[in-house]
Amino acid sequence: MSELEAAERLPVYIDIREHMRKTRSGKIRTRARSKSNLTIRLTILVLVALTIYGFATFDYKDIDFTKAAVGTWNNAKVLFAQPRLTYSTWGESLKELFVTFSLGALSTIFGAIIAFFGALLCAKNIANPVVAGITKSFVAFIRAVPTILWVLIFTVAAGLGSVAAVIGLTFHSCSYLVKAYSESIEEVDAGTIEALKASGASFWQIVFQALLPSSISRMTAWTFLRFEINFTNAIAVGAAAGAGGIGFDLYMAGSHYFDLRELGFITYIVLAAVIVLEIVATRIKATVK
Amino acid sequence: MLSEQAEKNKKAKDNIEKKMRKAPRPEAQTSVFVIRKRTFTLAFLGLFVLFTVSALVTEYDVIGGFESLPKAVAWMAKQFIPDEKALSRLSSILSKLMETALVSVAVTVCAATCAFFFSLFGTKTTKTHPLLARTVRIVAAFFRNVPDVVWAMLLLFSFGQNILTGFFALFFATFGMMTRAFIETIDEVSASCVEALYATGATSLQTVFNGVIPSSLPEIVSWVLYMIETNIRSSTLIGMLTATGIGYLFDLYYKRMDYGSASLVVICIVILVIAIETISNKIRKVIM
Repeated sequence: MSELEAAERLPVYIDIREHMRKTRSGKIRTRARSKSNLTIRLTILVLVALTIYGFATFDYKDIDFTKAAVGTWNNAKVLFAQPRLTYSTWGESLKELFVTFSLGALSTIFGAIIAFFGALLCAKNIANPVVAGITKSFVAFIRAVPTILWVLIFTVAAGLGSVAAVIGLTFHSCSYLVKAYSESIEEVDAGTIEALKASGASFWQIVFQALLPSSISRMTAWTFLRFEINFTNAIAVGAAAGAGGIGFDLYMAGSHYFDLRELGFITYIVLAAVIVLEIVATRIKATVK
Repeated sequence: MLSEQAEKNKKAKDNIEKKMRKAPRPEAQTSVFVIRKRTFTLAFLGLFVLFTVSALVTEYDVIGGFESLPKAVAWMAKQFIPDEKALSRLSSILSKLMETALVSVAVTVCAATCAFFFSLFGTKTTKTHPLLARTVRIVAAFFRNVPDVVWAMLLLFSFGQNILTGFFALFFATFGMMTRAFIETIDEVSASCVEALYATGATSLQTVFNGVIPSSLPEIVSWVLYMIETNIRSSTLIGMLTATGIGYLFDLYYKRMDYGSASLVVICIVILVIAIETISNKIRKVIM
């Protein structure tokens, strides 16, 4: 209250109490009523309402939840505590892991090359706005289709195998990297580009002498991040589209042999690989920045 | 005479060598452009080797790959277009799509709530024991990195072909992702205001409710919106493995070679995802 008393004693008469907004119970409101706060509240409210509506309308098929949960818990114990290989060997699993790794690498390389040129069409500071708009909406369309559907669509045209998997994965990486690369290119200092233009440099000279050198570190970080995602996607694609690699082993162990222990073993191999990749990615990010 | 001459020569040579040693070596100052060229060449060679090895390991047919692209586009233009039969199935496709969308919203909201409280134990701001914080991070890494395929298979054993199988498979993966994201967000966004609150003598619970939540809420909502979009795409895959939702419907039409209906499923997914993306971007613009 001492502050309020001090306010009354000011030579210019301002009654702070008139400007304070209070709740019904008399507490002072400390949060401003802004558009952003309102939007946040509304968004949360809608999401929670949708969640409740969803839970109320889902078709549970009269499942005995406790029984299923206990069963899953017991299975999880077997899966994670007693890994063992029966149908496959160490060498074979590592080879399959390498296949998955290669699928990820191939699609990342293809994706990165195509995305670089796509990003040049998309970046606000160098591209024609009309072309950029068309490219962006095309890319948004490609991104909206789930990776697995791209792979299945190409499986029909190119046959079952690595070609369909790589092209399917490439499509999605492309659209992801175009967005990331164009944002990196947009961060290049406008003065550099202007200076090169003024000295009579051609478009490709600007790209290779200014844009690429100054954004390559960011691009590398993004590319490696995408490689991590592609590796995980390659596992999923192998499982759901029969594209080979360790994902297919996972699928066979889980859906054909019904062998939890084998599933557990492969899971641990994948887990180790992903964690190694994550550590490498963090290192790369640290050195690049 | 000769030996004298030789000695003189040798002395002169030594002198020159001494001078050379003192003089700055031009080789040490390689031009920036040369270094850049060298780095790029090395990187290019490394990538080329990686590419060749990968192509050999996966038996990838490079030329065939490029050839199949126009073939695929031609096939899509001819076959992958919704026909009348597909349109008659629109209502069942839409109801499955609705179910998938609701599942991914429900999964994301539940996972975000759990992940938020879980991440509070992992941040520096709440000053929990370092060992606890580390455990939280490791548990999150575990849930994040076990492939969702494995979660789906594991749950399939007990839950069967039920909507809950997909729900929990997505839940575990989302939970792991969001815990890491929230820990980073909270550490980044609320560090200064948390320090101020602690200085005024607030307890950690008060700090969380008056400092952490208000300051990191916009970021968290943004993450939730992003994950909803991602989960719709992943639920297609999970749906194929667990025979639920829109993924199952696509798989069904695809295996029956009813490509018209399958294409309608794809179009519906695209419209839904783009709609969600547009709404999310609008919300993000207002709140960030």
